Amino acid sequence: MCGIVGLFAKDAALEAELGAHLAAMLASLSDRGPDSAGFAVYTAPHADAVKLTLRGPNGYDFAALAAALRTRLAGPLSVQPRGTHALLLVPRAELPRARDAVAALAPELVVVGVGHRMQLYKEVGAPADVARQFDLAHMQGSHGIGHTRMATESAVTTDGAHPYSTGPDQCLVHNGSLSNHNALRRELRRRGYDFATDNDTEVAAVYLTAKLHDGLSLEAALQGSLNDLDGFYTFVAGTETGFAVLRDPIACKPAVMAETDRFVAFGTEYHALADLPGIEQARVWEPEPATVYQWDRRA
Amino acid sequence: MTQRAFARVVDLEQASVRDLNQALHDLGSDSNATHWQVINPRGRHALAVGLDAEVTVEIDGHAGYYCAGMNKRANVIVRGNVGVGAAENMMSGFVHVHGDASQAAGATARGGMLLIDGNAAARCGISLKGGDIVVKGSVGHMSAFMAQAGTLVVLGDAGDSLGDSIYEAHLYVRGTVAGLGADCIEKPLADRHRAELHARLQQAGLAGQVDIGSFRRYGSARDLYHFHVDHADAY
Repeated sequence: MCGIVGLFAKDAALEAELGAHLAAMLASLSDRGPDSAGFAVYTAPHADAVKLTLRGPNGYDFAALAAALRTRLAGPLSVQPRGTHALLLVPRAELPRARDAVAALAPELVVVGVGHRMQLYKEVGAPADVARQFDLAHMQGSHGIGHTRMATESAVTTDGAHPYSTGPDQCLVHNGSLSNHNALRRELRRRGYDFATDNDTEVAAVYLTAKLHDGLSLEAALQGSLNDLDGFYTFVAGTETGFAVLRDPIACKPAVMAETDRFVAFGTEYHALADLPGIEQARVWEPEPATVYQWDRRA
Repeated sequence: MTQRAFARVVDLEQASVRDLNQALHDLGSDSNATHWQVINPRGRHALAVGLDAEVTVEIDGHAGYYCAGMNKRANVIVRGNVGVGAAENMMSGFVHVHGDASQAAGATARGGMLLIDGNAAARCGISLKGGDIVVKGSVGHMSAFMAQAGTLVVLGDAGDSLGDSIYEAHLYVRGTVAGLGADCIEKPLADRHRAELHARLQQAGLAGQVDIGSFRRYGSARDLYHFHVDHADAY
C-alpha cells in the first residue's frame, strides 16, 4: 500500500494555502498508510541562510543547542522547533561547520534535510496527527510532497518513513518496493555515497542524488532509473525548483494527477485531490507507465 | 449537476457508501425507484456495487475503485473518471463512464456492456469472460490478458502486449497496437465479425459514427492453450 500526495503551485497566490491542502491530502490517504507519515515543503528561501531540518528525541532542548552553536559559528543563527523536529537557519558559508558542530554537540540528532527552500518532517503515527504535530496546515510554499506509510518490508520507525532527502533540496517519496537495492547500494557506496538506513527508497533517493551530482536534469535522472532500478515504484520527487513523477513500466501502483492553471497535483487515489480548489474543472488523468512528468518553477 | 425531479438523490457528504449500496440492494422487483442520482462521490470506492435491479444510477463526479462492480441488470452512469476495477465481474447491465478509467476496467466481466468515453489504463478487460467493452479512447498495456470470451472494441490505440495468453475473446482495435502479447495474432475481419462489431457499436450508441472497415481484429493463435503432443517431454 502506502499513499503519496504532491502539490506544485503554478499560481503564487496558492502558495499561502499549500500546507493546508497538503495536510488534508495526507489525512485522506490514511487508509493506505496508517503507520507513519512525512512531508517536505519548499518554503521561501532566505537570502543568506541555509535550512537544516533536525530531528531529535521527544522534548529535546533545541534552544540550548542553538545557544551552544552560537559560540561556535559566525553570523546570525535561529532555530524553530516543530514537534520532534526543528528548523535551523545558519549562514550559507557556515553550513559545513554547522553540520560538524551539530554532530559533535548533539550526536542524538539526525539531519533529515538540508536546502535553500526545503524543510522535511516525518514521524511515526497517523498521518493527520503527524501533520498536526508539525503544523503543516500553516506552512506556505511553492511545492510539497507527502507520504503515508504502511510498512511491508521493514519496521515501523521514523527512519523508515518518507520522504528521503539525500541531497540539497532533494526529496523522494516512493510507493512500491525495489528488488535490486542491495546491489545498487553497494555500487553507490563504492562511489562514496553514505546511507543512513537499510531502506530501499533511500537507495533510489541516493541514486537520483548521484545522477543530479553528475549534472543530469531531474527528468534525465528519473529516465535513467527506468534502466537501473528493478521493482515496483511510483516516485514523486522534489528539487529546489522542480516537481516530478515517474511510474515503473508495469505501473503496478496506482496514481492520479490533476492540473489546472493554478496547480499540478498528485494523489495515489483521486479522493486525495477532491478538496483542491477548482478540481471540478481540472484535467484529471492517470500518468502513463515509464513516462517522466516534470514541472519546474523556473519554466 | 442538475437534479432530476424524478430521481432519488443520495448525497455522499450526508449518507455513507454503505447506506447507498444497501438502499440499492434493497430495491424489490416492483420498486418504482428506478432512477437514482449520487452526488459528491469525491472518488469514493465501491460505489453502486453488487446491484441486481432494473435501475439507473447516475454518479455525478469521479468515482474510486470497483465502481459498479458485480453489476447485474442495472444501468450505471459515471459523469467523471473511475478508479481501478470499474465494472469488474459485471454479469449484465450497462456501465457508462464519461471520463477515463484506471486499470483493470471490466476485469472478469461475464456479461453486460462497459462503455468508456475516454481512455482506459492498463489491463482493460483482463480475464474477460463474456462481457463487452467499448473504449472510445485508447487502452493501456496488457489489455485483454487471458481474456476468455466477450469483446473488447477500442476506437483509439492499444498499449503493449495486447491479448497476451488470450483464449477466445474477440479484440477489435481501430488505431495502432504497440505490440501483441504471447499467442495473440491479427485475424481477418470476416462478415460475422463485422456483424458482431456493428452490434457492439450500436449497443454503445455509435452506429453509423465509426467505419467498421477501419478496425483490425485480433485473437488467439490457439497455440498456447492447447496441449501439443510434440511438447509432451516438457511436462
